[in-house]
Amino acid sequence: MPDQEDPPPNVSTRGQKPSKRAGALDIRSIIGMLIGFYGLILLVMGLFFTSDADLQKAEGVNLNLWSGIGLIAAGLLFLLWAKLRPLRVPEEPAGQ
Amino acid sequence: MDSEILRLDANPVDYFIIACYFAVVLTIGYLARRQVSSSIDFFLSGRSLPAWVTGLAFISANLGAIEIMGMSANGAQYGMSTMHYFWIGAVPAMLFLGVVMMPFYYGSKVRSVPEFMLRRFNPTTHLVNAISFAAAQLLIAGVNLFLLGTVVNVLLGWPLWVSLVAAAVIVLLYTFLGGLTAAVYNEVLQFFVIVAALLPLTLAGLNNVGGWQGLVDKVSSGPGGAEELGVWPGNDLTGFSSDFWSVVGLVFGLGFVLSFGYWTTNFVEVQRAMASKDMSAARRTPIIGAFPKIFIPFIVVVPGMIAAVSVSELAQYKAAGGSGGSTGGSIDYNDAILLLIRDILPNGLLGLAITGLLASFMAGMAANVSSFNTVFSYDIWQTYIVKNRPDNYYLKVGRAATVGAAVAAIGTAFFAAGYSNLMNYLQQLFSFFNAPLFATFILGMFWKRMTPTAGWVGLVLGTLSAVTVFILAEVGVLDLPGQGAAFVGAVAAFVVDIVASVIVTMFTEPKPDAELRGLVYSQTPKAERTEERVGENAAWYRSTPLLAGIALVLIIVLNIVFA
Repeated sequence: MPDQEDPPPNVSTRGQKPSKRAGALDIRSIIGMLIGFYGLILLVMGLFFTSDADLQKAEGVNLNLWSGIGLIAAGLLFLLWAKLRPLRVPEEPAGQ
Repeated sequence: MDSEILRLDANPVDYFIIACYFAVVLTIGYLARRQVSSSIDFFLSGRSLPAWVTGLAFISANLGAIEIMGMSANGAQYGMSTMHYFWIGAVPAMLFLGVVMMPFYYGSKVRSVPEFMLRRFNPTTHLVNAISFAAAQLLIAGVNLFLLGTVVNVLLGWPLWVSLVAAAVIVLLYTFLGGLTAAVYNEVLQFFVIVAALLPLTLAGLNNVGGWQGLVDKVSSGPGGAEELGVWPGNDLTGFSSDFWSVVGLVFGLGFVLSFGYWTTNFVEVQRAMASKDMSAARRTPIIGAFPKIFIPFIVVVPGMIAAVSVSELAQYKAAGGSGGSTGGSIDYNDAILLLIRDILPNGLLGLAITGLLASFMAGMAANVSSFNTVFSYDIWQTYIVKNRPDNYYLKVGRAATVGAAVAAIGTAFFAAGYSNLMNYLQQLFSFFNAPLFATFILGMFWKRMTPTAGWVGLVLGTLSAVTVFILAEVGVLDLPGQGAAFVGAVAAFVVDIVASVIVTMFTEPKPDAELRGLVYSQTPKAERTEERVGENAAWYRSTPLLAGIALVLIIVLNIVFA
């Protein structure tokens, strides 16, 4: 079917489809940054602001600390993925 | 819900986490809006998203009220048999959608399910379907709004109706700021936030009750007994006393009619797949979504079960047979996950959990509202009321419809508020709207003789029979206490729809074959039904049938392990 192909290029640059890096709008970067940032907040909460009452609620486990570490790791993985395999968005011809 | 009993103690750090999330999502909405050009972009995101994004959005669109509050409520009330909603009631249908149905949707480039009905049958069928779909979206939006209002109420202590109005305004703002692209980004982000909050909650909850074995022991000695630990035969869930009929009800009522009806014809979900960049990605969308769907119940249903044995108010409520108990009657199963969050999560993670809940209910309602908007402006307004205006006009109508939908949802939220277990209500709605639609759809897709008149007659009679079953169950003629009434209603709607369609077809004129190309299986050349496996789509891990096969094996194994 004709429409399953990418839209025909409106400008031809050395035979390649015109495209641009999605950059900051790449959803992987956004996920990575948001999750990593949340991880940092939780890490700080876990390290410096954990009360005995908090610990008691979870049978002595510091939930903020461990969740924070997990989130930072997951966030870094997403940023790494976005960096290693950048998303190329084909330039859309105006209108459809 | 009584605000004096259930209150989450959020502190400034929690509010900061919530604020950050909404700042990010609204910024994306703003940026996405600057790129919105024609109306097709607004409604379908210009068909440019990769499959893993639409796949996650596909299940996140459904990871709202239904999964988090409804399924944890179900877990608290019925235990492990709730897993059926995922393993029997969702995954097979999602696989079927990707392998069999998606080529028709994506290939025929329809903008909505009713539009498919128009081309396969006739304007009457189209109108019947569009109206019933629009009504269903408003009722389901009410469920999402009610839950969103509940969280605002628990958080801030505002009265329910004020919370409802505030929540509706937030959803509207968000929908206007970006259309589907922003909605899809939010759905994907929200998925990770939800998992980030629910995973520690589940692990800590399990740890508190003494691990998996501790949960098993506590549930076995609880009011539901050890039966709640196995997924089969699920008598409590269906309300059937016979094991045999319970299994039949689950497999045909839930697994076949309700779930295929929901997942394959519900445009809220299908719309996500239509936003993918090519046929291969569109077909993989529901299948990629199936994998997280298989594992989500472990962080949704299991916390509900933990709450039912470890939160004292809820345990008392359950021991009293789910009717008030000694706590003053202000807690019900729908509160299960909020109660567990209150008891376990420290400030910080609490903020993350609230963010995830708010985002998912918002996403759920935004999805209902935006598909209502599509169907109302294209399928009803443009087709029957005001024709042949420029695109811009219909965008404006769409925006007005969105506001109308939000106002109507405030009304339908009060219906939802009347149910102690929202899943019962939702399954009831699905039996009215989705079961007959699925019957007409599947028959029309594979039987080219089926006539246009049969299309709408089947739909109308199917819906009426589901409503009849509902009324019989309400007045007590049928005694089905669990979700059995919805399952029976769904089967009745399906059977009546098929029988009526076949009979009507015998006496009316079919469409010529030439008009059915791309709409009926036998009239569509194979090349139009399959994607080209070239370039990046040639990789084995992008093969639709292979991915579907892996998912199928996984659910079979899980059903055996947790039988």
